[in-house]
Amino acid sequence: MQSVENRIKEKAAELLTTKKVDLLIGFERGTMPLRASPAFIYDEADIEKLAWNSFCEMNLARYLTRITSKRVGIIAKGCDSRAIAALVVEGQVKREQIMIIGVPCPGMVDRRKIEKEIKGEIDKVEEKKGEIIVKGNNFEKVFKKNNYLYPCCKVCKHGNPSIYDILIGEKVKENSKVDEYAEITEYEKKSPDKRWEFFEKEVSKCIRCYACRQACPMCYCEECFVDSFHPKWVDKSLDFSDIAIWHIMRVYHQTGRCVSCGACERACPMQINLRFLTEKINKDVKVYFNFEAGLDLSVNPPLAAFDIKDREDFIDTC
Amino acid sequence: MKVKEPKIVAFLCNWCSYAGADLAGVSRIQYPPNIRVIRVPCSSRVNPLFILKALQEGVDGVLVAGCHPGDCHYISGNYLARRKFTIFKNLLDYLGIEKDRVHFTWISAAEGARFAEIVKEVTERVKKLGPVKRLVKNRSA
Repeated sequence: MQSVENRIKEKAAELLTTKKVDLLIGFERGTMPLRASPAFIYDEADIEKLAWNSFCEMNLARYLTRITSKRVGIIAKGCDSRAIAALVVEGQVKREQIMIIGVPCPGMVDRRKIEKEIKGEIDKVEEKKGEIIVKGNNFEKVFKKNNYLYPCCKVCKHGNPSIYDILIGEKVKENSKVDEYAEITEYEKKSPDKRWEFFEKEVSKCIRCYACRQACPMCYCEECFVDSFHPKWVDKSLDFSDIAIWHIMRVYHQTGRCVSCGACERACPMQINLRFLTEKINKDVKVYFNFEAGLDLSVNPPLAAFDIKDREDFIDTC
Repeated sequence: MKVKEPKIVAFLCNWCSYAGADLAGVSRIQYPPNIRVIRVPCSSRVNPLFILKALQEGVDGVLVAGCHPGDCHYISGNYLARRKFTIFKNLLDYLGIEKDRVHFTWISAAEGARFAEIVKEVTERVKKLGPVKRLVKNRSA
């Protein structure tokens, strides 16, 4: 991966010196091992900071709706590019303002899984051909990358960027046979009481920090329904019903927009399983409207469109 | 033991379903008095949040009714509503909220009798479920 990192730096230098972009959003090494953080490069001098490794998990499209620079370069994995495309379709960013530097993504590593298996403090992390080598004071452990991917990366079908201006690195082989909704199909088979029990268990962990919303590239509303005081829809309480309404509506608002990047789940400090909500919506959108977000700039999001022949098997006919 | 009468909120579209309810009234058709009607401009005006809020406040059932597909006063409002509620209804079911709590239907301005039928049917189904428990706000806590 080293070479990809170098090529990103080269491209970044070229774009910034020729003033093709005013700002480049990429990744840099985090202050902790096993972590990366977003980098905002305005100046060529900072280009050395840029990094590309197995921990570049954040969805950088998140920042596009908040910046004021005129021309922005952005490093985009498969999911980032899908989010950018979805934002373009929704009119939130202008395609011509964004220079997308696509980087095919082989999946990102779930640091929580690695941290769980390690006792003691991690000093250094190295990466070599599909292996993560974690070094500490008096230990060294090798992890096979493929076994430690994020759940969303394991079943990802869109590792290659859907839209890009420049592509860096080899396209990855996409796993088109995997059933990304297998878990959801399995879950649907449970009884309603069991499903409610699980929903209750997961959602009760929530502390209403809204990190899921803040991390999500598609949550850009100026005022979220949950923050609205007039009218006040949801009380600022820890009553289960309020938490549940927050989660139901958050996921409902993602209909036909969620790009399955898993940012919400990674951001959650309480480690709530949010995928079981978002993936259900994605599955239904796929089944009912044959749509996946962020793949095609010419298709309207499903809830902004309709077809006279849409299914209506949920309608009561007495 | 006496069964507690359920409370049902009905969101009726101004142009068809509300007029349908009106027709049921002026035609003196009997239907259960369990529904409380809220008039909305169009079925697509109904934000799923309204439905959750109603359930949270202790309403036992919700009915949303709009013009038949093709008859929308705003040309396509009910088509958009249909897509919204396809997703929303499936989501509620998926989470484990009883299927019969929330109902959607089309009622035209000429279908007073059908309106009464629907209300009867919905009231019966909601009664069978008993009082709403899931999603209700615990006021004492």
